[in-house]
Amino acid sequence: MEEKQYRSVGKSVRKKDSLQLLLGKGVFLEDVVPPGALVVKLLRSPHANAIVEQIDTATAAKVPGVVGIYTWQDVPQHRFTNAGQTFPEPSPDDRLILDRHLRFVGDPVAIVAAEDEKAANRAMQLIKVTYQVLEPVLDPRQAKDAPVLVHPEDTWHAKVDVGGDNRRNLVASEVSGHGDVDRVMESCDIVIEHTYHTPACQQAMMETFRTYTALDRYGRLYVLSSTQIVFHVRRILARALGIPKSKIRVEKPRIGGGFGAKQSAISEVYPAFVTWKTGRPAMLIFTREECQIAGSPRHEMEIRVKLGADRQGNIRALDLYTLSNTGAYGEHGPTTVGLSGHKSIPLYTGGLEAHRFAFDVVYTNLQPAGAYRGYGATQGIFAVESAVNELAERLGMDPTLIREKNMVREGMTMPAYYNEISRACALDRCLEHCKEMFRWEERYPVRDMGNGKVRAAGVAMAMQGSAVSNVDVGSATVKLGDDGCYTLIIGAADMGTGCDTILSQMVAEHMDCPVDQVTVFGADTDASPYDSGSYASSTTYLTGKAVEKACTQLKQQLCAIAAELMDCQPEDTLFQGDRVICQEGSRWVSLEEISYKAQCCNQHAAMVTASHTSPVSPPPFMVGMVEIELDKLTGEVSILDYMAVVDCGLPINPALARIQAEGGIVQGIGMALSESVTYNPQGRPMEDSFLQYKIPSRLDMGKLRVEFEHSHEPTGPFGAKSIGEIVINTPAPALAHAIYRATGVWHRTLPITPEQIAMGVPEG
Amino acid sequence: MMTIKQYVRAESLEQAYQLNQVRANRVLGGMLWLNTSKLAVNTAIDLSGLGLDQIEEGEDAFSIGAMVTLRQLELHPGLNAYTQGAMAKSVQDIVGVQFRNMATVGGSLFGRFGFSDVLTMFLALDAQVELYHAGTLSIQEFAQRTPDRDLLVRVVVRKRPGRFVYQSVRNTRTDLPTLTCAVSQVDGAYRLAVGARPMKAVLLTDEEGLLAQGITPESARAFGEYAARTVPTSGNLRGSQAYRTHLVQVLTQRGILELGGDHHGA
Amino acid sequence: MELKLTLNGRAVTAQIEADTLLLDFVRSHGCTSVKRGCETTNCGLCTVLLDGKPVLSCATLAARAAGRTVTTLEGLQEEAADFVGFIADQGADQCGFCNPGFVMNTIALLRENPDPTDDDIRAYLAGNLCRCSGYEGQLRGIRAYLDSRKG
Repeated sequence: MEEKQYRSVGKSVRKKDSLQLLLGKGVFLEDVVPPGALVVKLLRSPHANAIVEQIDTATAAKVPGVVGIYTWQDVPQHRFTNAGQTFPEPSPDDRLILDRHLRFVGDPVAIVAAEDEKAANRAMQLIKVTYQVLEPVLDPRQAKDAPVLVHPEDTWHAKVDVGGDNRRNLVASEVSGHGDVDRVMESCDIVIEHTYHTPACQQAMMETFRTYTALDRYGRLYVLSSTQIVFHVRRILARALGIPKSKIRVEKPRIGGGFGAKQSAISEVYPAFVTWKTGRPAMLIFTREECQIAGSPRHEMEIRVKLGADRQGNIRALDLYTLSNTGAYGEHGPTTVGLSGHKSIPLYTGGLEAHRFAFDVVYTNLQPAGAYRGYGATQGIFAVESAVNELAERLGMDPTLIREKNMVREGMTMPAYYNEISRACALDRCLEHCKEMFRWEERYPVRDMGNGKVRAAGVAMAMQGSAVSNVDVGSATVKLGDDGCYTLIIGAADMGTGCDTILSQMVAEHMDCPVDQVTVFGADTDASPYDSGSYASSTTYLTGKAVEKACTQLKQQLCAIAAELMDCQPEDTLFQGDRVICQEGSRWVSLEEISYKAQCCNQHAAMVTASHTSPVSPPPFMVGMVEIELDKLTGEVSILDYMAVVDCGLPINPALARIQAEGGIVQGIGMALSESVTYNPQGRPMEDSFLQYKIPSRLDMGKLRVEFEHSHEPTGPFGAKSIGEIVINTPAPALAHAIYRATGVWHRTLPITPEQIAMGVPEG
Repeated sequence: MMTIKQYVRAESLEQAYQLNQVRANRVLGGMLWLNTSKLAVNTAIDLSGLGLDQIEEGEDAFSIGAMVTLRQLELHPGLNAYTQGAMAKSVQDIVGVQFRNMATVGGSLFGRFGFSDVLTMFLALDAQVELYHAGTLSIQEFAQRTPDRDLLVRVVVRKRPGRFVYQSVRNTRTDLPTLTCAVSQVDGAYRLAVGARPMKAVLLTDEEGLLAQGITPESARAFGEYAARTVPTSGNLRGSQAYRTHLVQVLTQRGILELGGDHHGA
Repeated sequence: MELKLTLNGRAVTAQIEADTLLLDFVRSHGCTSVKRGCETTNCGLCTVLLDGKPVLSCATLAARAAGRTVTTLEGLQEEAADFVGFIADQGADQCGFCNPGFVMNTIALLRENPDPTDDDIRAYLAGNLCRCSGYEGQLRGIRAYLDSRKG
């Protein structure tokens, strides 16, 4: 494909903050806040379902250094949601800052604020609580219409009708589809029907949830938080505290990883409440244990897939039912579930005659789920890709050939994806490229290595979206500085992904200047233009387009200033990066001259803000292939090679795109082989630390190789689509496939541990 | 987190021993449990100033001080030559280099932790433990005793002609083990140590003479089956009882075969 | 109690509690590169050099460092600057929260073994978790640095 050559875009530019980060400079929340903030700690429920009958804080309050202890009696009584979503949020208003009714082990019972950590900890031990312990709902399969209600309260409120009903433990419910799926299924030669189970997984970002709050010089609430969503946090806090948004300013420092965890306001409300009550600076830093037991993990899902095909391997019908467990609160419950079908079924648009996708999202008395990279697509793709691999094995066909027959291709309308047209799709080229790079023909056959060891390979495809169509808003302000440099002001959040740099590359490309001439500021609700925030794979695609708009308009503004300087008509000027020329004659003025003129007797702002939204959410595509060596006797799996080819449109920064892919693959490997959140019979999480919750180390991932196939998305900046989320989706189905090849056993429940492999019994 | 009122760097073993007789006092090892323990300690006793951080290799034995780190075990040329690398293998999957620079032999053994790779290895080595008060005893006897207020001073590994094989199974490479298994043949006698059952490691010898006729695929299998029948296991987060018992059989059989020179095991 | 030690080449005397952790001690002395990522000695974010050896400062009593030499990334800026640019070229710094611990342990590795294989690097750094990068870019960066030294 003929591609345009760019000066800054498409280049592996170093991240703007890379040396600060690599040399350990103090840029994170705990490094930058002034000393002296009150230490905020949360006393958490030991029960999965209980009512606070009595709570006595008198003794605890006497501990020297304790400044305040707050219980359910002290907080405002309007319910809100922690979900960082565009208003009106599809997630129900089902939370209070502190509730008398405790709905999971870890639900906060009291907030303690003290001068130091020791005093806070001592006070926590001295708070006396009498609980009325209730029977919990712990099994999502039993939750719908169960006699025990997680949210019996009348004040539960859904702002958007998503089929939820708190009287039925139901957060959302829906059926959609096209064609007569039952009729087509009946006429299929082969029907594969299985149920797949993916447990909750933790994002496990290295920096735990944390927030600092203080009153600013105007007496407003200043909130510095490790968050992906400054504007949503402001709205959530305003509602939770019952104060006007104008009284709140939210800013983020560098963020030590997010992966969606920080797309919910997990830690913000507590110190904000303390500061609003006491007037004093306050800080809450979650321990790793709190992160593990009271974070916002991936939704546990159980997905029933019914796939109908003919004997030649043409997939004719897909029927999915997803049961999603949102836990004790509904954050992201109604929305994550949709992706389990809408971002798995469209992969097989090829000859699909009919599909149906139904779901229920239920409350349980378990840790509330939230947003995690992949956002439901990961779960759905594990199910559908596994079913397609099962079909291939049943037919004795090469699974890559089945995919070639059925995959979505450029130009197709995708009925399961809101009838969007796949305008940029290199999935076919990704598969071809990956097969060649991986040497699929050679490695797909199972090889016995002796001593109980077997080598085998597996494959999976994936898609995601780019932003939430017709909802998300990306914005950028670009302004010219005195010295001819630009400042880019954004409300999107760089959480290590590199969006500050990627968006700067775009500014540099548009303004025809070096990337070093662009500085970035954000995100700060007082100064940044409104942006939904960094989630839903939106920043490059959406905010990038806002950058394009802002730069286009800024060039016009600068030409207008230059025209005055040169005493010519703006129409006769031409922007040339470091100068504006007057096309009549050979006159020109430098950017620096324009910037000084902008400060003197000037009426054209050398600054533009632009917003962008999109009616479509173009999917990136990906193919992943894995080779493993499996020890049939111990069940241990060693990943030898993981290779992937990604179509994210045009990678704006190939190095950063590659790291996104590699990081996502390794997270996906963790989800496939070792990570899960499980509970004891009382509903207490078992994996409450990094000792018990095992994310992959660098010895657990083999060798990675990622390459790209370019496509051109007409609605994206420079033809770009997203990459942040899709990359986590292929490892689970590809590994389950390889493990089947090695052992003859399909594992339909994650994670697939050595025990399950060693003790697994082949079917039939 | 563990709270500590007072810190004392002991100037003699006697001082440390006397301080340790007080219930609320504790000897510090590598301190790796500092954060997870909820103990309220009065005096923390640090042995790091007593020169116990050396591995001394003599003609007949290795003398390993209580404050020797796991990293020292991993890197010691003499110990690893003597154990054919099994010593390094027994510790190299433990968390990371930084952790192994801190974790001590004394701390690893004294707690008689179920998951201890180190205890498993030293059982197969038929090591001797020198306690300050109780004197020298076999590692097997030491392992069976419940932790008391004595001090572990050093561990002695006698150099006798032997072969050693160490294996473990872990859910991820640097996780705590699901099962540990060390086999040895020292002075002709076979020893099998199995740990992370998940209870603390136990030692098995070839009481039934299954290996008396030498190591063959059949005798290795028979000994593996014997081990699986004999070694008690149970289930926890990392594995069920059935899986562990299966692993006892698999690792024992493979270990014995490797001991016999077959590097392909089963 | 009083603590005397050498922190990044400077003699420091301070009053500490018996249970002050070395991590909190160095952070309170301006060494904010040292991070806390877990409470169970599993993540490696708090790595510092104690008498030149990499250890986890979250599980080291400050008191045990008495009379010894503690080095954090603040004290190794030049040595780190030699190779971190190669990590930056890969984009493998990512969120950066694990970087100081990873950089410290890489320095320890290269001092101990100036010419490591890829497997040596993986093994030595196994105790440094990273959730963003997928590790491969860190490895490519170190490899590129080592290759650049060979000319």
